[in-house]
Amino acid sequence: MDKALTSKHGPLIAGGLIGLIAVALAHFGNPGNMGFCVACFTRDIAGALGFHRAGVVQYIRPEIPGFILGSFLSAMMFREYSPRGGSSPAVRFGLGMFAMLGALVFLGCPWRAYLRVSGGDWNALYGVGGLAVGVIIGIVFLKMGFSLGASDKNPKASGLVMPLIALGLLAFLFIAPKFGENAPVFFSEKGPGSQHAPALMALAAGLIVGWLAQRSRFCTVGAIRDFLMMGDAYLLKGIISFMVVAFVANYALGTFNPGFEGQPVAHSNQTWNFLGMVLSGLAFTLAGGCPGRQLIMAGEGDSDAGVFVLGMLAGAAVAHNFSAASSGAGIGAYGIHVTVAGLIFCAFVGLFCRDRG
Amino acid sequence: MSDVITVNASGLSCPQPVMLTKKALDGLSSGTVEILVDTATSRNNVSRFASNKGWNVDVEERDGGGYKLTLTK
Repeated sequence: MDKALTSKHGPLIAGGLIGLIAVALAHFGNPGNMGFCVACFTRDIAGALGFHRAGVVQYIRPEIPGFILGSFLSAMMFREYSPRGGSSPAVRFGLGMFAMLGALVFLGCPWRAYLRVSGGDWNALYGVGGLAVGVIIGIVFLKMGFSLGASDKNPKASGLVMPLIALGLLAFLFIAPKFGENAPVFFSEKGPGSQHAPALMALAAGLIVGWLAQRSRFCTVGAIRDFLMMGDAYLLKGIISFMVVAFVANYALGTFNPGFEGQPVAHSNQTWNFLGMVLSGLAFTLAGGCPGRQLIMAGEGDSDAGVFVLGMLAGAAVAHNFSAASSGAGIGAYGIHVTVAGLIFCAFVGLFCRDRG
Repeated sequence: MSDVITVNASGLSCPQPVMLTKKALDGLSSGTVEILVDTATSRNNVSRFASNKGWNVDVEERDGGGYKLTLTK
């Protein structure tokens, strides 16, 4: 199996399996077209921890710690655990924050953008289009010499921080402690946060996908980047099989509902579906990979990816505390403001961060 | 025997190791180019890129971590 995953067909095989698992998770309780959504799930975790108080999106999604731990175990087993860090961590925190803000204007990370299309949510076509444009802008910056600089080797133990945080989150999920009246840990009683596949099933899914993605380098942003930049379809095949398998599974289960209106956890403001994902795609490209990939690299011991993930967690809190997140009713009161601010931030980073080596 | 070109792409995020490799190989019809990378992902990406361009790739693990890829044509 490992030979297949690390072969030239690795992303193709991993993508198909991940697409199948995603639709299964939605079938067994996750919100519609949300088998996996790194942005939504991280946002739910931020809510469960009380970093924001949007009562309908609070749950410790075990898929996220599952990704980190699955990758960590896989990296350990295959001798690819290599603690590293120090490549502009504060910039990466900002990129993670704005990637999340853009994703919550659209209502989904790139993984969910593809899954939404596979489920017939045509609003997400604007999101995927925006994602591609964001990646193209990122490519332009890369060609102009953009770099966040090189990371260095770090002490072995430093790479354990994100896996330990993942274990802590799982403890919060399964023990469900209360830290006082009206204090976390919160679990939504209604809304998307209350819809979830059984916790052990979701955790197993997360661990399996963490392993598949660690071995195959599955990346939903690198796929577009490598294809457009170098004509390399290696990762793109992973996305195509991810979408095709998810479509077939949705169709078989009766969850393929084509159209624009009444789609699950989605709105139909096309301009901001598009621009939210331009921001997200650009921020992910500047950071070197999609949110799933950042979780996987964090599991391998990459502290810079870990900082990016913590930036996403902070971005989720900002999105809901400052009324910037969208909902099924439309975009948030300050969704436009944060998107514009994020694009300015990314343009600044893209133009002025260069490798001094 | 011409000079060996060495490119240090250690610690760089995707896709910079491949971009630096491309830059080093562009306009080079033969020779030896050494690329230093720190992760297995970069090792695979650079290897795939160079093989696709018709270069021979020899991978060596470096003491203290990382890889040295020797590209020859």
